[in-house]
Amino acid sequence: MPSTLWLILLLPVVSLALITLLRPAPRWSGRLTILAIGGSFVFSVVAFFEMLTRQQAAVAAHQEVEPVVSMVPWFQLGKTSFEVGVLADPLAAIMLLVVTTVSLLVQVYSQGYMAGDPGYRRYFAFMSLFTFSMLGLVLAPNFLQMFIFWELVGVSSYLLIGFWYHKPEAAYAAKKAFITTRLGDLGFLVGILMLYAYTGTFDFHQLQAAVKVGALGGAVLSTAMVLVFMGAVGKSAQFPLHVWLPDAMEGPTPVSALIHAATMVAAGVYLVARAFPLFQAAPTALMVVAVVGGFTAFFAATMGLVMSDIKRVLAYSTVSQLGYMMLGLGVGALSAGMFHLFTHAFFKALLFLAAGSVIHGAMEQDLFKLGGLRRHMPWTALTFAIGGLSLAGVPPLAGFWSKDEVLTAVYHSGNGLLLALGLLTAFMTAFYITRAWLLAFAGEWRGAAAAPPLPPGYALTPRPSPTGYALTPGPTPTGRGVGGEGVPAAGSEAGHGGSHGGSPGAHAHESPAVMVVPLLILAVPSVVAGFLGLPGANWFGSFLHGEEESAAEGIVIASSVVLAGLGILLGYLTYGARAISAEGLTAAFRPIHALLVNKYGLDDLYGWLVNRLYVGISLALAWFDQRIVDGLVNLVAWLAAQVGRGVTRTATGQLPNYALAVFAGVVVIANVVAVVAGR
Amino acid sequence: MFPLLSAIIFLPVLGAVLIALTPRARVTLIRALAFVFSGAALALALALFAGFSRNVATPQYVERAAWIPQLGISYFLGVDGLSLPFIVLTAMLTFLAVIASWHIELRPKEYFALMLVLETGVLGVFSSLDFLLFFLFWEVELIPMYLLIGTWGGPRREYAAIKFVIYTLAGSALMLVGILTLYFFGSAHTFDMLALRQQGIDPVVATFAFFLVFFGFAVKLPSFPFHTWLPDAHVEAPTAVSVLLAGVLLKMGGYGMLRVNVGMMPDVLAANAPFIGALAVVSILYGAAVSTVQHDLKSLVAYSSVSHMGYVLLGIAALTPGSLGGAAVQMFTHGLITGLLFLLVGVVYERTHTRIIASMGGLAPRMPLIATIFVIAGLASLGLPATAGFIGEFAVFVGAYPSLPWLTIVAIFGVVATAGYILWMLQRVFFGPPNPRWAALTDANRWFEVAPLVTLAALVLVVGIVPSLLTDIIQASVPGLASSPLLTAAR
Amino acid sequence: MITLQHFLVLSAVIFSIGLYGALAKRNVVAVLMCIELMFNAVNITLVAFARYLPATAGNPYGPLTGQVFALFIIAVAAAEAAVALAIILAVYRTRRSVNVEDVNLLQS
Repeated sequence: MPSTLWLILLLPVVSLALITLLRPAPRWSGRLTILAIGGSFVFSVVAFFEMLTRQQAAVAAHQEVEPVVSMVPWFQLGKTSFEVGVLADPLAAIMLLVVTTVSLLVQVYSQGYMAGDPGYRRYFAFMSLFTFSMLGLVLAPNFLQMFIFWELVGVSSYLLIGFWYHKPEAAYAAKKAFITTRLGDLGFLVGILMLYAYTGTFDFHQLQAAVKVGALGGAVLSTAMVLVFMGAVGKSAQFPLHVWLPDAMEGPTPVSALIHAATMVAAGVYLVARAFPLFQAAPTALMVVAVVGGFTAFFAATMGLVMSDIKRVLAYSTVSQLGYMMLGLGVGALSAGMFHLFTHAFFKALLFLAAGSVIHGAMEQDLFKLGGLRRHMPWTALTFAIGGLSLAGVPPLAGFWSKDEVLTAVYHSGNGLLLALGLLTAFMTAFYITRAWLLAFAGEWRGAAAAPPLPPGYALTPRPSPTGYALTPGPTPTGRGVGGEGVPAAGSEAGHGGSHGGSPGAHAHESPAVMVVPLLILAVPSVVAGFLGLPGANWFGSFLHGEEESAAEGIVIASSVVLAGLGILLGYLTYGARAISAEGLTAAFRPIHALLVNKYGLDDLYGWLVNRLYVGISLALAWFDQRIVDGLVNLVAWLAAQVGRGVTRTATGQLPNYALAVFAGVVVIANVVAVVAGR
Repeated sequence: MFPLLSAIIFLPVLGAVLIALTPRARVTLIRALAFVFSGAALALALALFAGFSRNVATPQYVERAAWIPQLGISYFLGVDGLSLPFIVLTAMLTFLAVIASWHIELRPKEYFALMLVLETGVLGVFSSLDFLLFFLFWEVELIPMYLLIGTWGGPRREYAAIKFVIYTLAGSALMLVGILTLYFFGSAHTFDMLALRQQGIDPVVATFAFFLVFFGFAVKLPSFPFHTWLPDAHVEAPTAVSVLLAGVLLKMGGYGMLRVNVGMMPDVLAANAPFIGALAVVSILYGAAVSTVQHDLKSLVAYSSVSHMGYVLLGIAALTPGSLGGAAVQMFTHGLITGLLFLLVGVVYERTHTRIIASMGGLAPRMPLIATIFVIAGLASLGLPATAGFIGEFAVFVGAYPSLPWLTIVAIFGVVATAGYILWMLQRVFFGPPNPRWAALTDANRWFEVAPLVTLAALVLVVGIVPSLLTDIIQASVPGLASSPLLTAAR
Repeated sequence: MITLQHFLVLSAVIFSIGLYGALAKRNVVAVLMCIELMFNAVNITLVAFARYLPATAGNPYGPLTGQVFALFIIAVAAAEAAVALAIILAVYRTRRSVNVEDVNLLQS
């Protein structure tokens, strides 16, 4: 088994190395990457079934399943030995399956989406790097390795968000993502250092053992775990470090699907799950996880209501769903949080890839310029609908079961406020995803008749023109009204023109099979994955825990289903049947709407903190450095020069003066000698 | 036994003499001589690296000859786990600097001769085990550096060169007083650095000597507030000289601290650890903040050195085995990374003829190789795992946290600040829409540009992925530096 | 009775005259002559001390060191005078002057 795990980890490195060193034809770099990740996928399946067998054997023997561990020494410095290795337990096995499946499908899809891009080879090299890093993170047996791969997925994300680096928005978003997540990593690092200082180990199992014997606990553990959770807050885009994820949508859409929806952003959830025994021993930290998660779920969903960019709607939805996962973990339900991660990976990747298909086919990603695409892109419309229904929590789709499990766990925790937040989020989720689907696929085409011409030298891939994001996070609103003031006149003109001048959005077309097939494949788990975690027959939970989960609560199921239904109904009435005026809604809630469109002003606040405050302080320090610190140095030099100038006055060039000075010196010395000798 | 160390140290100066005897017009021969002699020194240094016993803490390849026995001065050389990495680093960076200077047209004869003399001085510092010999080599390095900056530098080269020399001389003058204090007031009355480690000395006198010597090293390191010579010297120095200045000369400061302040007076260091640690943290954050707003690419990298050498000082102040090892690793990796960054700034400047960041932008499509290596170097500089930059920083943090927890936590903010200025710089220089002004520029395409860049970038990755190549050597001697028989024991 | 003090006073007087001349005279030749005076004042002191120091077993006339020094000084003074006069000549040829105030190359 260890060799299987090492193979899973190292195959993407091989493809990365081959692509970088041999520089094969672009086509072949894509195939190499897919081959490598395909291998990792196969071995992950093997590892999964092996773990399943071990699990069953362990259950039969009434034991906990032993994780498979293989370590190699890395380096040693001082008294610390740094080790890396691979670890597999049921948690890692599931995560491996998620990561490799989604990666494989996304990379197959990328062949179509990225076709003709000048950076095709680079794209797949970065993808290989990402897959390697993500797998290393999943297989990490200790905090050190977790942190290493944590940073590596961060840098892969940086490289891929900034993939189209000629776009200032992309370069800016990449930097923002890296630095924001690094702010969280700072806490993560301090947390690790604390744990290491108190126990002398980074290893998860040794730390758990230390907690068990009471060597670690109390305020120290709570502080450390809250700090570790800071890393998860950054990586999983939880409040208040969520601001990078919507901007990260500047990357290619398959990247958004893989990294910023299914896998990397879930790494924060995985981190909490991985360190769950430590969190359980620190109830304060767990409470922080729950509150941050619950609040983020609600908070992000509100912003999802008003976004006009299809990818940004999905981005806020991702933040919100990650909040659900954190909420589940935070109330102590490991399997609920992980189960939601599991199903979410599939349906959110599906939604993103379908959105990518829309962008690829219609060359537009502004919801208010799309419309009527279901006639041109039937498969995309269907799969987006499946993903959306799953996200909205419509039974019996996958999202329903996992979200329900989270809500049930919150209900059992007895925290009414968190439950209310969760239920409200469920309602809003159903609303905004219905809105997105109806705006994109129903009605009539509202965009320009044809795609705007691309400036020369830019990527050949169909790209919408930059949507007006400021280089620095400024007050430019990126959201548009709930169907309100934002609908541009040009858009409706195009729609009308289309209705009598030929087929609306005539250029829109269904994507090639290489993109549609992954969509269809992803649609399957988006529908059925939930059956792995049915209340009462929770296979998922028992695999993860080796024991049964508690049963469902009828009241929770009922209210979440009703709220989801209401959300869909309201969405339909507003954007489908137009029975409720979107403009009217906007007008009625104008202040709230403005707040949401401005993303609560947080982006502006952070922009001010960085661009004004930090840069201002830096400028002041640079001035201080030049004028005061270096000024003192130059002052000393100037003083020395002045003293020299003063002394030169004595150099008259007149020999008698010098002779007199010599004689005076002799007299002084002679007197001193006489006095000293006379004593 | 073959005097390997003497051979490594004096081969370059022999090359310098031969270059001096070569007629001025024979430029190719001059270059070839510089190449051969710095290459030979590198080959011998690698032989030393291969032959070094990794489980011996005491100096190896020792050469000792009486010199001025009346005063306890001897010609005493040796390498241990602390000095070996820097001998190899010096030999390698000088060799690469010679290659990177291939196209120097202004007085190549003097240029290459001085560069080789510089190498001898620095190698001598890292190999000397006699304090006076150490001091002599320390001073020997100054003169060629002065001439290199002052002759081949930018518009303000004379100001920068004089500032560099006088600042360092001020430091070394005080250091000499410190050395003499240790000699006259100690019990051993010797300049033998190994014997000095074990002598007894009055604690007040020791504190006095400690800070005199510390000042000399802090100027070289450089630590806030003694750093302002560095940006001036870097901005004016020619590329290869910047590489050596950042890659090697700064390391003499940290090396000296480890060898003298830690090795000889650890108890004084321990007593003043909060103060020195605070100085380190200020260097880290202050250097990072000032870097952020630099307009000149080269002075940005120069200030980043102040920040990064702050981690070295933090590791030294924390005085745990891990943090000392981390400090040594950080110095080595900083030498690689910053050397690489200065080479990159040099090749970019060769093309754009400007170093003003604001006037660049969109360079990446024009020069993909340079951009790729710049990104690797930048990521290494911000401490990304799997690059060399991570190992030293992380080891310093792990080692320093138990000893100076709060200072370490504050220092970690430097990691975010570093990411800030590095990524912002990359964004402004390489990314964004292609600037038509740079449409005619070429990528690095001459062998003497590509070879050093690729070599250093590969080393940055290799050390990051297989750090045991480096740490096995450092582990041999450095962690134990502070735990050897102390002054207290002899008192 | 002429005692040591007489010699010393004589020496001091001659030295002072020499010093005054060396510092105050403008003509370089005069300065040189005054310097000679100072030399000889010192010589008197040395010889006088040699004469008045008590005799010992090995040196029945007292230690001869002072007298040897005087001879030394006479020899050195002669050499010095030769060099100095040569310099004065050289200066006179370029400047047409032997005035010390005209020779101020060392002025900053």
